[in-house]
Amino acid sequence: MTVSALPILVLLVDDYPDNRDIYVQFLTYSGLRVEEAENGHQALDKAFTLRPDVIVMDLSLPGLDGWEATRRLKRDPRTRAIPVIALTGHALAGHSKGALDAGCDLFITKPCLPERLLDEIRAIVGAARPHRGDSTP
Amino acid sequence: MPSTRSAATRGGTGKPGDGGAVRLELLESLLVAETATQCAQRALGWLERRMGVRWAICLAAHGEGGPRLLPLASVGVAAQRMAGYAVELDLAGHPLTQALLAASPITITPNGDRTACTPLGRRVVQAIALAPPRRRDLPVGLIVAAPPTPALARQARWLGRVLGPRLAALIATARLQESERHLQRERGRLARIINAVTDPILLTDGDGRIVIANARAEGLLASDDDQSEGRRRAVALNNMLFSAALARHAMEGTEAPRHEVPLVDPADGSDLLFELLSTTTTDAREGTGIVSILRNVTDLQRATAELQEQYRKLRQTEAAARAERDRLDLVIDSVADPILVTDPGGNTVMMNTPAEHLFTAAESSSPEVQRVVQANDAHFSSFVSNLFFEGGTLRRSGRINLADPATGAALPMEAICGKIVSEGGEVTALVTILHDRTEELERARLYEELKRASAELELKVGQATAELVRQNELLRRSHIALEQASALKSQFLANMSHEFRTPLNAILGYTSMLLKGVSGELTDHQHRNLERIDSNSKHLLSIINDILDITRIEAGKMPLTVTDFPIPELVREVLSEVEPLVARSTLTVTTQIDEALPPLRSDRQKVKQIVINLLTNALKFTPEGWVTVTVSADAATDRVAVAVADSGIGISPRDQDVIFEDFRQADDSPTRRYTGAGLGLAICRRLAGMLGGDLTVRSALGEGATFTLVLPRRPPGDP
Repeated sequence: MTVSALPILVLLVDDYPDNRDIYVQFLTYSGLRVEEAENGHQALDKAFTLRPDVIVMDLSLPGLDGWEATRRLKRDPRTRAIPVIALTGHALAGHSKGALDAGCDLFITKPCLPERLLDEIRAIVGAARPHRGDSTP
Repeated sequence: MPSTRSAATRGGTGKPGDGGAVRLELLESLLVAETATQCAQRALGWLERRMGVRWAICLAAHGEGGPRLLPLASVGVAAQRMAGYAVELDLAGHPLTQALLAASPITITPNGDRTACTPLGRRVVQAIALAPPRRRDLPVGLIVAAPPTPALARQARWLGRVLGPRLAALIATARLQESERHLQRERGRLARIINAVTDPILLTDGDGRIVIANARAEGLLASDDDQSEGRRRAVALNNMLFSAALARHAMEGTEAPRHEVPLVDPADGSDLLFELLSTTTTDAREGTGIVSILRNVTDLQRATAELQEQYRKLRQTEAAARAERDRLDLVIDSVADPILVTDPGGNTVMMNTPAEHLFTAAESSSPEVQRVVQANDAHFSSFVSNLFFEGGTLRRSGRINLADPATGAALPMEAICGKIVSEGGEVTALVTILHDRTEELERARLYEELKRASAELELKVGQATAELVRQNELLRRSHIALEQASALKSQFLANMSHEFRTPLNAILGYTSMLLKGVSGELTDHQHRNLERIDSNSKHLLSIINDILDITRIEAGKMPLTVTDFPIPELVREVLSEVEPLVARSTLTVTTQIDEALPPLRSDRQKVKQIVINLLTNALKFTPEGWVTVTVSADAATDRVAVAVADSGIGISPRDQDVIFEDFRQADDSPTRRYTGAGLGLAICRRLAGMLGGDLTVRSALGEGATFTLVLPRRPPGDP
């Protein structure tokens, strides 16, 4: 159960470095472990390798976009169980539905304050790992 | 040998004592004789037998053929020589004439010339004159016998006196019988003649009794007892009628010789009518009588009656025909088209008034009019004459060009002709109706024009349609272009939104982190400045969100999520969210909520967005005073109203429409007091419309404003 005792590992996928930086700073400050990816392919590689607790996925990505990346993650048995939070500047309804269809577990429209993202991460991981919150220091 | 025989049977001939028996024998034979000839024959036979006479001839005056004696019977004379013994009594000096006139029988002896002229020849004869019935008359006749014996001489005078009256009586009887037979024949003939006449003929005496009637008259006026009762009564009636007619005739005399007598036919009881022609006859012996001829005029009367009936009918028919003709004239005259009736000679028999207008002209009319009328007449005559000689159809139509005599204007006419044909198949008349074709031609011309105009119109419509199709195509293309542009715009705005949000996310994120002291402690001044950055960033975000909302609504991409929710709870939620704003103001915010309101079925998030907008506006535009939120329901319309009233600056009526337009505030000037993109109310009204409701304002400048959101309790189309 050592794994479960570790802080939540978040894979943060965003092509805009400043946004990655804000969330990395704040989530790390808040005691979470954060790994970054700046495109879809990188996100897939790190997800398969690191098996994070949650993936925060920007949808507009160069190369392999967030929708397709999510679909592949959800198709793969290794990553199927990992919650994916879509975090995007796209505010239209079609985007939200497309994201949920692709397999995203949650859809958040930017701007999203760091503390709100933290709340959502804790909620979604807590649901997946019920005892996780109790063992957090 | 008669003499021998008589001598043998009688024996003592010539004896005076036997004279009585001999005479008796002759008398007996004379009495049974029926005719003069028989009587004479028997007398001569007696002379031959009793008196020894060998030759004898009896002559008598028959009265036929003048004063002469004709042979009646003879003895010893050849029958063919009998006629030679006839004696003309006017031959004076003839021995036989002398013998006839002699007082007693004489003996004639031939003596030269005196006897030479007699047929007696050289014979000596005894001539016996036959005494007449009355003494003063001439002798009846003469017997000449030879030889003159003494016995004969003795009996001669007696024989003359016996035979004479007997012969005279027989001759007279014969004559009477003859004349009676003649009379009977004549009567028979007369009766046949009278009966042959079919008219009843009667002779009546002075008392009116019928003396003579022919068969036809008897049939009418006489009956037997064995005839039927009806017949007898008919006859009785006829007699009465006839008597009355005769009496009338007698009174009126011959001046009125014709009388009509109605009688009854006894045979069948039918009525007969006779004309009575009477003539009075006067006869010395018969007295005055009336000869009546009844002429049967029954048939004549019937014929007369029929004739009268025929005549009456004729008169009636004639009257009807005249009335018909008058009516026809009226009808024909009332027809506006000229009508003419022409006989085979080409003469116009009849024409109506319109025809008269064309074909007749008064003497006084102008030469111009006369000329036109003549021309019309000529045209018509040639048209009609052609038709008469044409066989075939009874009806024909043609066209002739006439002119109006009054104006000289051309009259193109359609002539419709009907031939009137007699039973024998001859054309007796021609009826022509002329119909003015001017209007028809005008119509045809107009029709042509119309067709032309129609064709033009069609062409123009075709062109216009083609143009329209072209324009449509252009429109379609521009529509496609517009749709593409619209899609591009939406895409652009979506992209813009995304591109705005990404850096805004960073600004807000960093600001938030700084304010939370992630990067270390801040001075108050730094903290205040960061809060301003944060506030402006959030305002920018709200503008971006508003623009996105408008875009989504216009693109029809604003999804609705309909649920049932209680309104009071929603209002309280909104109030708690704006609490920081209220807290900063000096305003009194109150609510009037009907807690018994049924849940509203709508898009909760959109309703909340509208109410927040209205409430923040009220707080924003109300410097002091109060804001009241009222929630009510109208059961009649099944609608819910959320009214936000304030005591703020108010909106002038002129601006009350402007405030609902995109990017507008009542005060649009660059120096306006109140911030905001001016999209809030525009979005709110659009959202209210999407939810089947409406957003209205009631306000006056400086007197606050009341915004009312009215929503149906159920969205339109909700089952």
